[in-house]
Amino acid sequence: MQSETKSRVDQLTSPAGHAVTVLRFEGDIASTSKDAVLGAYQTLPKATAKLILLDFTKVDYINSSGIALVIQLLIEASNSGQKVYAFGLSAHFTKVFTMVGITKYAQLFPSQTEALAAL
Amino acid sequence: MSEPKSTTVEVRLPSKMGFEKVAMSTAASVAKLMGFRDDRIEDLKTAIAEACINAIEHGNRLNEKLSVGVVLSAGPDQLEVKVIDDGKGMKTQPAKPDIDRKMHGEEDPRGMGMFLIQALVDEAEWVAGGDGKSSYVRLMIRLDKVVD
Repeated sequence: MQSETKSRVDQLTSPAGHAVTVLRFEGDIASTSKDAVLGAYQTLPKATAKLILLDFTKVDYINSSGIALVIQLLIEASNSGQKVYAFGLSAHFTKVFTMVGITKYAQLFPSQTEALAAL
Repeated sequence: MSEPKSTTVEVRLPSKMGFEKVAMSTAASVAKLMGFRDDRIEDLKTAIAEACINAIEHGNRLNEKLSVGVVLSAGPDQLEVKVIDDGKGMKTQPAKPDIDRKMHGEEDPRGMGMFLIQALVDEAEWVAGGDGKSSYVRLMIRLDKVVD
């Protein structure tokens, strides 16, 4: 019933010349998304992937279990000295992420262009 | 004096994760017909999804032989939603989630559902059935009047 979560990784360079690892999600982010969210994150090389950008552009539905997975990702990233940013959330999920406090640990941007420009 | 009329829509969901989306889309359709703004419909969808997930996971303990009832009662200026399961209800309300405690491993990363419900609707209450065999959460969202 829940649409499968897909994820893929892109390597980009910000206008300032920093290497940015983009983790792109597609589908629902719910309790069944552990492999697509945490699993995909855990494949990233911790020594070189220091700036991580989460792309929610193609995500329509995030529930509290999905938010918990994002928080787990943020915990692991924080423990590994990585910085996490996100873009592409709808206005509603931008509000929800702000309400639960995720924005204290992952700055949100409207678009990839704006996110990269800030990194 | 006549009572204000309300229209009722009922849905029964299997206790299986993912079916909360049926309740979300039904509630969104009713709210749209009532004239709710798009942002309030999104609030309602998330609140109902979380209420259904709690009912499926905690109330009915993922027992697919049990169903979750969703009753939407549309009044003139508000929409009331009851999400009914076969659980005993909650004895205590969980503490408000704290992102700093979660990030420092002092609190489970999960446990955001009830907080989201309370934050996104105008009223939310959890009611244990008198028979100890059912309980429900009642949500209420008011239709904001458009100011010209």
